[in-house]
Amino acid sequence: MSMTRQNGLRHTIGVLVENQPGVLSRVAGLFSGRGFNIESLTVAETNEPGLSRITLVTTGDQHILEQIIKQLNKLINVIKVYDFRDTEFVEREMALIKVRAEQHTRAEVLRIVDIFRAKVVDVSPHFYTIEVTGDDGKIQAILELLGQIGIVEVARTGKAALARAKKH
Amino acid sequence: MKLTGAQIFFECLKKEGVEVIFGFPGGAVIDIYHEMPKHPSIRHILVRHEQGAAHMADGYARATGKVGVCLVTSGPGATNTVTGIATAYMDSVPMVIFTGQVPTPLIGNDAFQEVDIVGITRPCTKHNYLVKDVNDLARIIREAFYLARSGRPGPVLVDLPKDVIQASTEFRYPKTVHLRGYKPTVDPHQGQIHRAWDLLKTAKRPVLYAGGGVIISSAHKELLRLAEMLRAPVTTTLMGLGGFPAVIRTEDGQRALHPLWLGMLGMHGTFRANMAVQNCDVLFAIGARFDDRVTGKISGFAPKAKIIHIDVDPTSISKNVLVDIPIVGDCKKALQKLNELVEKEPIPNLEELRAPWLEQIRQWKETYPLAYKQEGETIKPQYVVEKIFELAPEDAIITTEVGQNQMWTAQYFHFTKPRTLLTSGGLGTMGYGLPAAIGAQVAFPDRLVIDVAGDGSIQMNIQEMMTAVCHELPVKVAILNNRFLGMVRQWQELFYNKNYCATCLDASPDFVKLADAYGAVGLRATKPEEVEPVLREAFSTKRPVIMDFWVNPEEGVYPMVPAGKEISEMLLV
Ligand SMILES: Cc1ncc(C[n+]2csc(CCOP(=O)(O)OP(=O)(O)O)c2C)c(N)n1
Repeated sequence: MSMTRQNGLRHTIGVLVENQPGVLSRVAGLFSGRGFNIESLTVAETNEPGLSRITLVTTGDQHILEQIIKQLNKLINVIKVYDFRDTEFVEREMALIKVRAEQHTRAEVLRIVDIFRAKVVDVSPHFYTIEVTGDDGKIQAILELLGQIGIVEVARTGKAALARAKKH
Repeated sequence: MKLTGAQIFFECLKKEGVEVIFGFPGGAVIDIYHEMPKHPSIRHILVRHEQGAAHMADGYARATGKVGVCLVTSGPGATNTVTGIATAYMDSVPMVIFTGQVPTPLIGNDAFQEVDIVGITRPCTKHNYLVKDVNDLARIIREAFYLARSGRPGPVLVDLPKDVIQASTEFRYPKTVHLRGYKPTVDPHQGQIHRAWDLLKTAKRPVLYAGGGVIISSAHKELLRLAEMLRAPVTTTLMGLGGFPAVIRTEDGQRALHPLWLGMLGMHGTFRANMAVQNCDVLFAIGARFDDRVTGKISGFAPKAKIIHIDVDPTSISKNVLVDIPIVGDCKKALQKLNELVEKEPIPNLEELRAPWLEQIRQWKETYPLAYKQEGETIKPQYVVEKIFELAPEDAIITTEVGQNQMWTAQYFHFTKPRTLLTSGGLGTMGYGLPAAIGAQVAFPDRLVIDVAGDGSIQMNIQEMMTAVCHELPVKVAILNNRFLGMVRQWQELFYNKNYCATCLDASPDFVKLADAYGAVGLRATKPEEVEPVLREAFSTKRPVIMDFWVNPEEGVYPMVPAGKEISEMLLV
């Protein structure tokens, strides 16, 4: 039996790791060394001392995803890999967007900010900086609308994700 | 009482039962060397190049099953080991590599002889450590040995900054290892074993395909038992050679091929092994990883077969070839459990059931046996290997370099015992054979250890002859001297229009004089009738020997599956 490798689905994976030097590069190196793709990656400490959580988004067919998950599990400092394929999960990303906000566009910018429940976090004579949180679709949408007005800079955090709590 | 890092280093090694270190000193590890004479129970083998140290530790580990240890200095000392580490990593060899490092305050400053060896070796070690505090030293060494030998074994590197080695602390060796993220599955799932048995008992044309995992987990007896109970033919990978007894003694004391032995499979596998795999209905992979040298064109590999796969490393399963019944676990344990089932429920009419398949295999063997003709005035390299097999005792350890020499050894030396072939299968490292032979000879001073070499490969670590002579390690090197980088020349001949660019080795040293210069014995054979006397003389000498066999320069390794073809598409001559 054989398998072909092809590009496939986008996929979010959570990785609980020991917070030790080199862990991130082990994880990232695994991806580059095996020709897997990373689309976004976030890391920060968890509530448990000594542990960090990495959330990464990757693309690949089922077979590649299987390998990614197995290879991650094989790393010594990896405690647990959360494969969100068959679980419901919440994912969020934060973006900071600096837009041109001149006299005649300010109202429009504020309206968009309002609709998306975003926040203006910095104001200067010609620019607003906006903070927005949401899933991928929401961030894409606000970027598109603000893009028509004039985006100067964008910084996105990449996704953070957690499995949904089970309802009893 | 407080001990220095250097003292702790030796105390830990003793706790781990280390008997020998292969090493080369330098400023960053001088404190460890300063401490060394106080620990005479640990033998130190001074090598001539750090790559040699890594391969020796590897050869020692493969021959014994114990963890091999090497110790080198920072910077160039550390980088020189990388090829050896990658070699061990690809073949799952348990090893701990200690590298010196500049003092912690200088790390990152481009200090003299500083290199980020932990960064460099991240992709080719099972795990690695930079020890930043002497209080962590004992625990890390304990973990390193545990990781190296457990689960799927592999090399683990420990980087030792000079100030850590000089600092002192209370010595406490942890009794247990606690690694939250590391719990290898060694006990196979009983349900999967049952499923495997269900498939095997209905198989008409089964093939057992064993890899290095059989040797690593000492599952050779279980493999033989299973093969005999199922009357199933067995093929192994290069790494699996010795995991199944290729030859047995017949009633009149002669040696004959085991009736179920197919030979190695893959690119230079036998015709019958490859045909058997391509036509089998159940392929049972045991501690093998479907390397591309084995599978050829993957989409055409074992097209008619349901596949069962045992491996201790879950990443190996369904990595290259989709598997129907995966069994994660130790090969020996899995085979023991399976054998129990087979014993309980023998297959009815086994002989009859198997007869057509075994007959088909016999015919394949008859049509295209492994063969060459020793005729004329020049020595055939295959003849040298066959003679070595004839004359060497059964427990002889054979190492190889890489190239044609390696493949002829795999084809014409019939391995019967595990851990008697040490060869770089995964990485294909020229220069591996001599230091690996030295490592094995250190472990087994009384066994015959022979490196079958090419004239190209041997020059990659020839300097280790000096190590062998110094330490009175009587390794034998048999150079199949074809004045070519033979395997590359063969590809040029077959696929590149005989454009022998950069593969002709007209200028080589006089290997007999070279042996002499090192204080070893040099012997030469240029005619077929000289082969046997040279081997006999070498084998009866208690000193290191280099044998220079002038063989036919344009001999090729056959059968051969061209890269990218299916393994049934063999070039036969
Ligand atoms: C370190 C290294 N460099 C290059 C190669 C590529 N290579 C594979 S086989 C081979 C030729 C080996 O020649 P030789 O040692 O003379 O052995 P022969 O094939 O003639 O038996 C080469 C260059 C390799 N395997 N390892």
